[in-house]
Amino acid sequence: MIEAVVSLRLALVGNPNCGKTALFNQLTGGRQKVANYAGVTVERKEGRFSGPSGRTFQLIDLPGAYSLEAASPDEVITRDVCLGHFPGETAPDAIVCVADATNLRLHLRFVLEVRRLGRPMVLALNMMDAARKRGIEIDVAKLEEALGIPVVETVAVRRGGAAALAARLDGELPPAVVVDANSDLHAEVRALLADAVSMPRRTAEIDDALDRFFLHPVLGLGVLAVIMFLIFQAVFSWAEPLMEGIEAGVGLVGAWVGSGLASMPMLQSLVVDGIFAGVGGVLVFLPQILILFLFILALEESGYLPRAAFLLDRLMLKAGLTGRSFIPLLSSFACAIPGIMATRSIQDPRDRLTTILIAPLMTCSARLPVYALLIAAFIPDQTVAGIFNLQGIVLFSLYVAGIVSALAVAWVIKLIRRDKSEHALLMELPSYRIPHPRDIAIGLWERANIFLKRVGGIILSLTIILWFLSTFPGAPEAATEPAINYSFAGMLGRWLHVLFEPIGFNWQISIALVPGLAAREVAVSSLATVYALSGHEEGLQAIVAAQWSMATAFSLLAWYVFAPMCLSTLATVRRETNSWRQVWIMAGYLFALAYLASFLTYQITRAFGA
Amino acid sequence: MRLSELSQGADAVVREVENVVDGDPIARRLRDYGFVRGEPVRLVGRGPIGADPLLVQIGFTRFALRRAEAARVIVESVP
Repeated sequence: MIEAVVSLRLALVGNPNCGKTALFNQLTGGRQKVANYAGVTVERKEGRFSGPSGRTFQLIDLPGAYSLEAASPDEVITRDVCLGHFPGETAPDAIVCVADATNLRLHLRFVLEVRRLGRPMVLALNMMDAARKRGIEIDVAKLEEALGIPVVETVAVRRGGAAALAARLDGELPPAVVVDANSDLHAEVRALLADAVSMPRRTAEIDDALDRFFLHPVLGLGVLAVIMFLIFQAVFSWAEPLMEGIEAGVGLVGAWVGSGLASMPMLQSLVVDGIFAGVGGVLVFLPQILILFLFILALEESGYLPRAAFLLDRLMLKAGLTGRSFIPLLSSFACAIPGIMATRSIQDPRDRLTTILIAPLMTCSARLPVYALLIAAFIPDQTVAGIFNLQGIVLFSLYVAGIVSALAVAWVIKLIRRDKSEHALLMELPSYRIPHPRDIAIGLWERANIFLKRVGGIILSLTIILWFLSTFPGAPEAATEPAINYSFAGMLGRWLHVLFEPIGFNWQISIALVPGLAAREVAVSSLATVYALSGHEEGLQAIVAAQWSMATAFSLLAWYVFAPMCLSTLATVRRETNSWRQVWIMAGYLFALAYLASFLTYQITRAFGA
Repeated sequence: MRLSELSQGADAVVREVENVVDGDPIARRLRDYGFVRGEPVRLVGRGPIGADPLLVQIGFTRFALRRAEAARVIVESVP
């Protein structure tokens, strides 16, 4: 099919929470492309739609902005793209400015600021249904005349709610208005409101009532705790059967493909243990990512997410974070990857970076197999103080150790950061809205795409590299040990052993840590391989209990509190921060902390004679 | 009087927003949000921990401001 010729390039701008993205989804449907702007991690969304005459329009959804006197990286992009100053972006032929009809005191100021750019523009008065329900009357003809630009009513969440806008854009657009660049915008807004808008009440009664409940010091925190518990449960346990299903499915297909290659063992191993293991390793993260974002998108769209941040801000601020850090950190208990992806809802770049850097300290579910193995082997299953289980207490302490170190690291980052300027909260609490399934579905589709395209490739290639390292060179004829011990990974492990000896790791652990780079839980099956126990992980516990000292086991537990060896997390950090420097900083500090903690644990435990 | 000193549910009118540092970006942002002379403002609520942040109604919009941010806004109380 021949690509339709684009007749007009349009840019969609507006305040945050004006329903701009919903309008974008309504106009373009599924026909959108998500990428990043060159050199920055701000998302660039572009789509197409056709007007009634059949002309094709290209629509670019610019980041929401309160002002063009840019205060954030998002706003710089919005301003520069509108002006045609952004490298690699042509100036749009016209600007579609979106304003929430129920929030005109704030949004009209931005409309006037955009009008100053002197580009042809159209104003979309969005959420007209909500405005009518609240008895807000807007004299569109008067507004049009006063502004000198076309004004169109839209309801982004209703089918056909943007048809009038599409029709208007398809017609002849009036030329840009030239206005005084030094006028008082607030005074102009007041005059416009007095002239064309009648508002029975400044806020919606339903918002006031909901806020009294959701922001209540006691009830509000209770509701938040329930919601957090649900999210945690969902990401942690609902995803589990799906993940097992994906692993089993990919494993079956891999084995089936592999069986056809039985005559070529090396190729078979590459396909089964390299490529299919890698694909499985990527796909296995999807259920958690999708479930987490289902909640986050629903909370964001409904307007609850900023309320949660409001409730928790003071608490998080003490650790040098922001209320918005809470959900990404909570999700990181399941897996740091969706957690790090969720930091996009943190506007302040410094707060976002701190949250990303400490996310891996939240004990992710991949560490549980390691904890389970060592705790079962070394901690007696006995009752303490009548009700507590000693194994449970140790597991709980490991979680607490992670949280405490995360707070300490956040605090240190705050201390050493050169930019001491005040971090702002300044957060709008938008009207409550019922989330639209289409907007959530499109949002989920985008997350899945971003993960598969931008992170999946890195994870897949790393898995294949690790396969190579664990396979070559093969074992000699008269081999007495498992093949992995003769491979590059084996050599690397023995070399690492020199480094790890002071913290009590034997050479078997050192080797197992190499394939464990792909994902933390792989370290357990690698240990089984090193002990020539392929497929018999139950036997591993007995061997470990018999051959390792208590000090070694405790040291490995301490190591896994920090566990810097998750390459998938590092790949995500690379993508989300667009910087290798942050990746090295994260890997470096985690490694240093892990080594230090293990060293202390090992030496102290030995001093006590264990 | 400062916005941070208003009692809960109290109405006031903005007199000005002070710059704490030169070209204070937070003060500028507050003015963009509509904290300008003559604008009616109300302290709607407070956060559960340490009564921070503050929930402030300006124009038709609600904002969460930390105390240090709200202290930049000088207001005159309305009886």
